Amino acid sequence: MGIPTKQKTEHSSVPDDLFVPLNKDSAQLENIVRPSVGFWKDAWQRLLKNKLAVAGLITIIFLTIMAIVGPMLTPYSYSEQTLSNQNQPPSAEHWFGTDNLGRDMFTRTWYGARISLFIGLAAALIEFIIGVIYGGISGYKGGRTDNVMMRIVDILYGLPYLLVVILLMVVMGPGLFTIIIALTLTGWIGMARIVRGQVLQLKNNEYVLASKVLGANTSRIIRKHLLPNTMGPVIVSMTLTVPGAIFAEAFLSFLGLGVSAPVASWGSMANDALGVLNTGHWWRLFFPAFFISLTMLAFNVFGDGLRDALDPKLRR
Amino acid sequence: MLKYILKRFAWMILTIWVIITLTFFLMHSIPGDPLDVGDSGGSAAASENLRAYYNLDQPLPVQYFSYIKNIVTLDFGPSMTSRSSTVNDMISSGFPASLQLGIASLVFSVISGVALGVLAALRHNKMIDYITMIVAVIGISIPNFIQSMLFINYIGANFDFFPVARWGTWRHVILPALALSSGPMAIIARLTRSNMLEVLTQDYIRTAKAKGLSARKIVVKHALRNALLPVVTIMGALTASVLTGSFVIERIFAIPGIGQYFVNSISNRDYPMIMATTVIYSSILVFMMFLVDIIYGIIDPRIKLHTKED
Repeated sequence: MGIPTKQKTEHSSVPDDLFVPLNKDSAQLENIVRPSVGFWKDAWQRLLKNKLAVAGLITIIFLTIMAIVGPMLTPYSYSEQTLSNQNQPPSAEHWFGTDNLGRDMFTRTWYGARISLFIGLAAALIEFIIGVIYGGISGYKGGRTDNVMMRIVDILYGLPYLLVVILLMVVMGPGLFTIIIALTLTGWIGMARIVRGQVLQLKNNEYVLASKVLGANTSRIIRKHLLPNTMGPVIVSMTLTVPGAIFAEAFLSFLGLGVSAPVASWGSMANDALGVLNTGHWWRLFFPAFFISLTMLAFNVFGDGLRDALDPKLRR
Repeated sequence: MLKYILKRFAWMILTIWVIITLTFFLMHSIPGDPLDVGDSGGSAAASENLRAYYNLDQPLPVQYFSYIKNIVTLDFGPSMTSRSSTVNDMISSGFPASLQLGIASLVFSVISGVALGVLAALRHNKMIDYITMIVAVIGISIPNFIQSMLFINYIGANFDFFPVARWGTWRHVILPALALSSGPMAIIARLTRSNMLEVLTQDYIRTAKAKGLSARKIVVKHALRNALLPVVTIMGALTASVLTGSFVIERIFAIPGIGQYFVNSISNRDYPMIMATTVIYSSILVFMMFLVDIIYGIIDPRIKLHTKED
């Protein structure tokens, strides 16, 4: 290939003999110079670039730590009543004030955080297990099995979720485990749908076929190829399940169907404050309301950031 | 198209039947007899009479079939808390208020949500975009029962224009409807915004611009129609959240609606009332999902193609 003369004249300051062919081994060309960035590492790096999501994550970590150590920071227990100390505003002694039975609001708020976060995490975990198994089987088996399983899901999907929860609370009686069972009874459906959709899409990919040809059995294909690749949307869905469950618990406790006294939960604390708002005891509502909202905000922002970070379409 | 509608309709009926059956057997699996709780000290004969009145003296399958038969004729039986009135009386007295509140909330959340979402997308990264996103975040993070408590305490108590108790004029509707619709509005606004942003980068929008169409025509005819598809899809779920949210809102604002009856019937263990409200709310919800499916089929031509393949 000759170099056009016109170009030659333009670069006349550089003599031709300085141009030497690059002497590179063909084997060397195949070397990967930079460390390969896997999907998870890449997603993590993109998550860290999203300031809002990082703030959400830090808030979640802070809330979790406070839920664990918060009730221990005060000399009071969550149910200890001091009737001489009713409705005290926040002070050095009672950081968040006291309620109408003289109970320390700081202790109760963080005790409530334990309940709320526990319900959120337990619901997310149970939904994850049921959803992945159900959706995985349905998507992988396909055909008639898939059809029947999805028709069942369709009908369950039509059930209004909070009505089922309320009905179950009536039948089983209020309590922490009833709430969790009630929440997961219909909650796994969304997860099962996501997993099924992913598995349906993935199982016809070439690398699955290649793995089959190489003699991998079904369980290996599901474990090594299908499940790891469905994890992105599943994790996002789990992150968004947590605020949903916390909201549902607060909602039920507010209706008087949640945890029963003296156990504190943010919803029941807000409900207790309903009658005393016009008396000017603002701290009774403010602290539970603020922390419900903060938790919901943190999980939603973090979940959104996670969705963006794990979205293969946005991957550069 | 007709085949598609019929198929969806059959699904709707089947789902409602499953809900009725599930509710019926759930309610009857509660240990103990509902009448034992309410009537201690009555004579044996009176108890027998009550049993017959509530149809509890029959074997379970007979009760089930007569319940189904009554529901088909829209008769929900006598209430257990107020002996003189039937469930139908209570529902028809509560339904207008609930309907007003529900429709006001749905209409408000759809109109304001879509408007905010479109504005935010058209003024991407400008003031109105940030304001919309802040409103959306608040709407999603602050639970509706806390919002309504704040409304009552800070708006209702200071401005006579917004009455907070009782029910009657349109002014009574504003605050509860606002509290009830802020969550769905936030979801609609976010969804509309992100879809509009995506649609506005499409080639056919550029083509429309190149043809010389006015900005309004491009937004309304080309962008909005496509951006609203996902919004239609979640309308069923949003109706559910408005319906269930109304239980709490009606309680806080003391609105004489069905939600109020439902909450009371739970604490009073009024089984016929609980079942009736569950069946009615589920049916409304399933019907909304049916409507959403139909509307979706009309505005998205790809759905029709799909049913032809069936």
